[in-house]
Amino acid sequence: MHNATIAARPKRTQAERPPKVLITKIGLDGHDRGSRLVAAYLRDAGMEVVYTGPWQVIDHVVALAVEEDIELIGLSSLATDHMLVPQLIEALRAAGLGEVPVVIGGIVPDEDERLLCEAGVARIYHPGSGGDEIVEGIRALIEAARRAALDPVTAS
Amino acid sequence: MAHASNPARPVQLTLPGFEEAGARWRSDYDTQVGPDDEIRNRSGIAVEPLYTEVQWSGERYMDDLGFPGEAPWTRGIYASMHRGRAWARRQLVGMRLPDDYRARLRTLLDSGLTAVSVAPCNSFMRGLDADEVDPVLLGTCGVVINTLEDLMTCLADVDLGTMSVNLGDNAPFTLTAMTLALAEERAIPWTRVSGTSNQSDYLSHYVANHMFLRLSLAGARRMTTDFIDYTTRLVPRWNPLSVVGQHTQQAGATPAEAMAFTLCSAVQYAEDCRAAGLKLEDVLPRFSFFFDVSISFFEEIAKLRAGRRIWGRIVRDRFGIDDPRCQRFRFHAQTSGVDLTRQQPLNNIARVAVQAAAGILGGLQSLHTDSFDEALSSPTEKAARVAVATQAILCEEAGLTDVIDPLGGSYYVETLTSAMEAEIDRVMAVVEAAGGMYAAVDAGLVQRMIGESARNFQDKVESGDRTMVGVNAYVAEEDPADRPPPLRRLSRAETDDFLERLDTYKKSRDRAGVTAALDGISRAAADPSVNLFEQVVAAARAGATHGEICTRAREVLGAGDPRVAA
Repeated sequence: MHNATIAARPKRTQAERPPKVLITKIGLDGHDRGSRLVAAYLRDAGMEVVYTGPWQVIDHVVALAVEEDIELIGLSSLATDHMLVPQLIEALRAAGLGEVPVVIGGIVPDEDERLLCEAGVARIYHPGSGGDEIVEGIRALIEAARRAALDPVTAS
Repeated sequence: MAHASNPARPVQLTLPGFEEAGARWRSDYDTQVGPDDEIRNRSGIAVEPLYTEVQWSGERYMDDLGFPGEAPWTRGIYASMHRGRAWARRQLVGMRLPDDYRARLRTLLDSGLTAVSVAPCNSFMRGLDADEVDPVLLGTCGVVINTLEDLMTCLADVDLGTMSVNLGDNAPFTLTAMTLALAEERAIPWTRVSGTSNQSDYLSHYVANHMFLRLSLAGARRMTTDFIDYTTRLVPRWNPLSVVGQHTQQAGATPAEAMAFTLCSAVQYAEDCRAAGLKLEDVLPRFSFFFDVSISFFEEIAKLRAGRRIWGRIVRDRFGIDDPRCQRFRFHAQTSGVDLTRQQPLNNIARVAVQAAAGILGGLQSLHTDSFDEALSSPTEKAARVAVATQAILCEEAGLTDVIDPLGGSYYVETLTSAMEAEIDRVMAVVEAAGGMYAAVDAGLVQRMIGESARNFQDKVESGDRTMVGVNAYVAEEDPADRPPPLRRLSRAETDDFLERLDTYKKSRDRAGVTAALDGISRAAADPSVNLFEQVVAAARAGATHGEICTRAREVLGAGDPRVAA
């Protein structure tokens, strides 16, 4: 539906460009069943996925987001590493990428969830979140971010 | 499906009335159910609605089963099995700081825990000291350990001479080295120290969960062989190797694949020992295994029975060893976390009980039962107590220990055991054809197979083919009372205090002694003709920290770098 609106603007080719997502893990954990599955579902849905191994440091994730023109960052966490996400969001803002939505998937205790949402995490997916739910959620966040970039006033 | 060494032959049925009754049943069944009722288990094996003398008959008893404590090992590795001695209730315990670990361990020992295990913090798993990581990550998934002093606190109430200890440890095996140093301090001879280096299977870490991955693949390979050599000679009751199927199955491998990968890894470790000049008759009795037990009840039982049979066959036929001590397939099991749900978390208590029962009926030697809140957070104390109590209930109330291999001779279980055996053999042949486990892992083959199986499984959950109560069926409104209480995370003051103590510890040591010991590691790491673990023990004795030892080993042998793709 908004495709039509965007297509009316000749200079923007974003509508044809598939959403580009970075799926990564920061911190110390290495379990990757969830991140690999989510990456596969996003690719099947036509998105472009940049996938890294575990243990990424924040500066590297930010640099990758810049280089690859990433539109959304998905972080997989098992039990602890999500505690670093507020630092990541700060680093993204400092690099001028404050508008890139950050989502988390994994085991995130309730009290951490509140803290992370306050820090600016766009969405948190838990065990049992469906593949479709995640794909559509991510698509919607990217579309909203694209709209906001085109027209900051109405989008807000 | 045919048993590899016992091709199915037509059974001569002489039971009066069998044919007629069988035909009657088939007709009634087809009428009631219809033709399209194919059921396949997680390993892809088709499961019939009924098993009878047609699929398995007692005339195969001696070929397929025999007796407990002897080949073909189907009925268990000891003559008396759980009736003689129940399995060890060995819960993973690990949280916060050493004092907290000690307190939690005491609580669980009071709840019926019979063996000790140390689950270290992720910082430890990655080969780092606490002062090398972001403090916010400390102590949430395991206990923070840097020094011999930390381990002393953790194990203050544990008699290393009588209680077996299970250490989350991998190359360069600092935790085991510190435990040996601790035994020396307490004047307990190493010949009395028993336990397991439970995370020592570097291949499984490389392909599956990437946790204990401190050294390069080749570096871990060299270190592990040295370690097996050293403990076999000097710590005869220690299990240096726990070959793990749990990691691959949790990462998505089917039960049959996980068993196949584990057996292929065990073959690889044995071959590496042999190539290093070790006698397999000496090292194989100390090999142990560790499996995931999912809620696919009969499939898991069949997997474990089949694995026992195959390992005995490999040791006999491939290695030419008849010694039963080498053929015994001793294993620990853990209930599967992947089957647990965040939704309606108390349901997980039922799941864990069923998984645990499958492992017990499969003949395990020790068991960890997951806490019901594991899909929500690291286990809280209340949930951890329920998990231990579940084991006590199964052991002491349900009568599961009364009879050895109580499902032996079941038409279904015997047929399924042989079918799983054939499927495990098939997967093993794929790995063997790729040059064995080390080569298959180095080439990424095993990782791809796991990824495909994880995808197949998830697709079935997504489509609703695989029911998960509370997730894609019987979905209910969330009850706030089900939420666990907040975890008691380390405060900044607590981590600061701990880091300060680490700093004080480092400064109080005999610096020259520590440096000399660490230099010994660097030299030994560069010289394949000497035993590297010996130097790690010397460094632990001298007071080197975990991170310092790992750093030296990593400098020469290279850092772990998993081959990942999605």
